[in-house]
Amino acid sequence: MSEKFTLDGQEILFRAGQTIIQAAQDAGAWIPHLCYHPEFKPHGSCKLCTVTVNGRHMASCTTQAAAGQVVESNTEALNGERRTLLQMLFVEGNHFCPSCEKSGDCKLQATAYELGMMTPHFDHFYPSRPVDASHPEVLLDFNRCILCSLCVRASRDVDGKCVFALSGRGIGTRLVVNAASGRLVDTDVAMDDKALSVCPVGVILKKRRGFAVPIGERTYDQAPISEVKE
Amino acid sequence: MSAPAKKKLRVATTSLAGCFGCHMSFLDIDERLFDLVELIEFDRSPLTDIKEVGECDLGIIEGGLCNAENVHILREFRARCKKLVAIGACAVNGGLPAQRNHLKLAEILEEVYHTSPGIAQGLIPNDPELPLPLNKVHPLHEVVKIDWFIPGCPPSGDAIWKALTDIVAGRDPELGFGLLHYD
Repeated sequence: MSEKFTLDGQEILFRAGQTIIQAAQDAGAWIPHLCYHPEFKPHGSCKLCTVTVNGRHMASCTTQAAAGQVVESNTEALNGERRTLLQMLFVEGNHFCPSCEKSGDCKLQATAYELGMMTPHFDHFYPSRPVDASHPEVLLDFNRCILCSLCVRASRDVDGKCVFALSGRGIGTRLVVNAASGRLVDTDVAMDDKALSVCPVGVILKKRRGFAVPIGERTYDQAPISEVKE
Repeated sequence: MSAPAKKKLRVATTSLAGCFGCHMSFLDIDERLFDLVELIEFDRSPLTDIKEVGECDLGIIEGGLCNAENVHILREFRARCKKLVAIGACAVNGGLPAQRNHLKLAEILEEVYHTSPGIAQGLIPNDPELPLPLNKVHPLHEVVKIDWFIPGCPPSGDAIWKALTDIVAGRDPELGFGLLHYD
């Protein structure tokens, strides 16, 4: 581990094969991200972790670190683009934080706080997405899905099942449950499945646990997301 | 020669499709209200009970748009206020009232006034004085230009104080960690 690149002027050491975001996280530097999670293969879809590498825009979760790279992340221009991505995510779904159990623990919300998003800016889609309350222990509220695919990857790669999938293309992409009925109760999901604990937003919720932690004591009440270890 | 006395900013406030929670939170700035009235004076507001908005420097609007009257008042505010602030979740993204948006308005009225239990021969209110509901609830920025936003349900008194003092000082309001909340 002797090779290095610079991130916003700071030298970052990396091991061969590491991506830029992995090396940055190991060095304690935060690059905003939603679909990236250190335990899973990168998906490269949310684009929030986009940095410039030697002046070119690259997703830092899918770009390998290389010696001598000049990486910029925390710049006004890149953070402005990230805010725009967040605003598009907010208007594409139904994100009503005051009535969401995940509020205060939500990575979408916390990232938007960190990047100073004061308004969703665009016109809202207000899509109609029915919830799936079929399972006795788990509620699926698709209104909040940002299509990060973490539950898909966790179910497939860790749990060895395929409970979740992304279906459709482009703006028609949606999260589906892999059962003939389309309902979670008809899958082989188990309560200790990794897929049930990786949702960064408020889609996959264990029932009867909502609002157990009071406002002021939730994860991102205590510290901004840039300072919370993943 | 001493500098001329600063003119007070003339401020109007209103609640559209909101719950007045943001106005209540505004009162949570507590004794800082005394500092504030040195800097601003109120035009139309629930605090003054003036009914028509006059020429103002700043309009502060709580709540989104759920009926035709809301849109009318918002446009009056836009026409008469130099700068507009959307305050609270409902003004910023529609908030709780917008959670009816995936339902058809006719079905909502039908259920509320005709088919829900305990209603015998209910009548959907049709007095011509009642403003017509919109098919969907909208946040303010989808209808007029909004200059600044203070999110929160409601924003805390401290967040409102920070934003207002920024605006009075001529800065864009910024809410840092602990003050910026969507809930």
